[in-house]
Amino acid sequence: MASRKAVAAAIAGAATAALLLTSCSGAPTGSDDGLDGEVTGEVTFVTWRTDLIEDGTFDTYAEEFHAKYPDATVKFEGITDYEGELRTRLSTTNYGDVLGIPNSVLPDQLADFFEPLGQTADLESTYRFLAPKSYEGVQYGIALGGNANGILYNKDVYEQAGVDTFPTTEKEWLAAAAKIKATGAIPLYTNYKDGWPLSQWSGNMGAITGDPDAVNKIAEEDAPWTEGGELYAIDSLIYESVAGGFTEADPLTTNWEQSKVDFATGKIATMALGSWAISQMQAAATDNGIDPSVVGYAAFPATASDGTQYAIVGGDYNLGINKHSKVKAAAKAWIDFLIEDSGFTDTQGMVSPLLSKDLPDNLAGFADAGVELLELNAAPAGKEALFNNIADAAQIDIWGNIYRQKLVDIARGAADGDKESYFAELNERWADARAAQG
Amino acid sequence: MSPITTTPRVPRRRGRRGSSGAPAGQGFFASLTPYLFLAAAVGLLLLLTYLPAVNMLWYSFTDWDGLDLEKNVVWLDNYVQVFTNPQIFGVFFVSLYYFGGSFVQMAIALYFAALLSYRTRFSNFFRGVLFFPYLINGVAIGFVFLYLFQPGGSLDTVLGWFGLADPPQWLGDPAIANVSLAGTSVWRYTGLNFVLFLGAIQSIPGELYEAADIDGANKWQQFWALTFPGIRRIVGLSFVLAVAGSLSVFEIPFIMTGGANGTSTFVIQTLQTAFNFRQVGLASAMAIVLLAIVLLVTFVQRKIFPDEKVDLT
Repeated sequence: MASRKAVAAAIAGAATAALLLTSCSGAPTGSDDGLDGEVTGEVTFVTWRTDLIEDGTFDTYAEEFHAKYPDATVKFEGITDYEGELRTRLSTTNYGDVLGIPNSVLPDQLADFFEPLGQTADLESTYRFLAPKSYEGVQYGIALGGNANGILYNKDVYEQAGVDTFPTTEKEWLAAAAKIKATGAIPLYTNYKDGWPLSQWSGNMGAITGDPDAVNKIAEEDAPWTEGGELYAIDSLIYESVAGGFTEADPLTTNWEQSKVDFATGKIATMALGSWAISQMQAAATDNGIDPSVVGYAAFPATASDGTQYAIVGGDYNLGINKHSKVKAAAKAWIDFLIEDSGFTDTQGMVSPLLSKDLPDNLAGFADAGVELLELNAAPAGKEALFNNIADAAQIDIWGNIYRQKLVDIARGAADGDKESYFAELNERWADARAAQG
Repeated sequence: MSPITTTPRVPRRRGRRGSSGAPAGQGFFASLTPYLFLAAAVGLLLLLTYLPAVNMLWYSFTDWDGLDLEKNVVWLDNYVQVFTNPQIFGVFFVSLYYFGGSFVQMAIALYFAALLSYRTRFSNFFRGVLFFPYLINGVAIGFVFLYLFQPGGSLDTVLGWFGLADPPQWLGDPAIANVSLAGTSVWRYTGLNFVLFLGAIQSIPGELYEAADIDGANKWQQFWALTFPGIRRIVGLSFVLAVAGSLSVFEIPFIMTGGANGTSTFVIQTLQTAFNFRQVGLASAMAIVLLAIVLLVTFVQRKIFPDEKVDLT
């Protein structure tokens, strides 16, 4: 009897153990209760910041996160060619748990790949930069940090050239460039070969007229490259700078890493980049034994008709949660941790997505110059993808570098045409694509 | 003892294996063996080459942007656009630079192959040197030449030693950029042509050269009467490869200039269409059209220059 009981107990025990074991092993991966579940499991964070993985910054964050949520851990996957690689990986279900939403995902496609994070209207009181990753009132991503857009300049070079205030119009800009060229420095470095720095100019769209709806309006225009327009002002400034000989002699052999050193050491006067580049330039200055305060940041040299200068602030990559993730609650906790507790934006000199936090110190120059910061409005409902669809159909990569490289080529006489003919061609392609979009 | 025991074992083993016709069983499996070996290779080929190609054909009939979960069928719209949009076909003339370069490449390769097929001092060393560039990864070559072509880079320094003080911008000047890139391509692929030619030359029987020597033919006459006819098929093959290759140039211009400054080729443009302009459907159509053009050119070439039988006698 006794032995029989013991056997039965053993069997029951084993069964319970088995049940417990399966539920245990299932727990970290199987708790798919959406965002409100328990914070357990291993979160894979697919990131574009490979540098922060290498220097251990992310590991420190992961340890702090684990200390806060003992049942959850974070693993990192850094990708150098982030946009390119993610674009193909999105066709699978395996693209990490938390990731930066690739720019190639248009608003109407967000729901196909990402978990809704809540109603945009509810989140608006807490976060900045929500508009780009919102679709039909639902929010799919929250920016990890934001940037202002404008022009990086070397204060020493400007001082030596005798330019006291940073130019606020194209005319002043060209005059300043001529003075800088006389000192032997390159007035504007385009970083043509690497390409992507040319796309940074587009971040200034909206700053020229100070209209938060500027980009949405371009999608309704047949000729955006017309004097007075945003794209005209930006591309004209590039064109005239190149045509005036104020850029590097051989654009085909530029080098991004070297350009940081050249900028810090005063060989280059300006570069058009987002404010994210400030900390990198300051680091380059420090590495070369130069006081990092030499790095200045100014708004795009244009003044709106109301006499004010504007600068656009916008989110960098938005963090989203993979729709197929098994650890959504932990993923959401990781996003919140990165944004609220990690101090990421402070160390990177970026604008925090939290409305409660102040602007970073490196944008102090804007306040001194009386520059007003402006956040672009979201596209109207039903037209979220319109701008990008027109640009793609016209094969004008506003957010890329191909059409601007052509612009630089024309300006330096390496390709046929002139400013008028190229802008006319761009307008025509834009209008045709707009017509095709219906 | 042993020969006696081994011989009867063979039929017994046969009997155990095939439950149906015993002797036919081994014949069947034996005849299957080569197919099993083939199956692995053919399977991989189907999976990695033909399946994606069929997929691409399907994409070319859709307006897919590379991300959308559903693909709308637009039938021939993409093909119509490929042939009607002047921007798309405009880049084909860039291929002419590489086509021209391929002749230079073959001439250099033929010259050295003919030279090194004779007993030359250090001939193995020189063969190695000539073949070496082909072994280097194309990306690495792109980067190396990027530094070489920089203003004040290695090339300008070397030219400076010879008194050329004012060299052009090798990549920045649109008149020279494509020549520089084609030159890089020649540097890279000469080794391959060289090895092909050398192998063909060495398959020509040595007695023919001895006989030619006795008849008093000089080296030049030997080359035209023996060597060149002997390797004509390989030259023809290289020519086909050169045409196909120059139509589909990619690596070198993509790495060195990214297709900027008028160096864009058809493949670079296809890539940009697919990934920069998110028109995967149109890009697939472009790829299919390129494939068709290469096949057509090869076909026409084989018709005009048929593969003659080589006869040295």
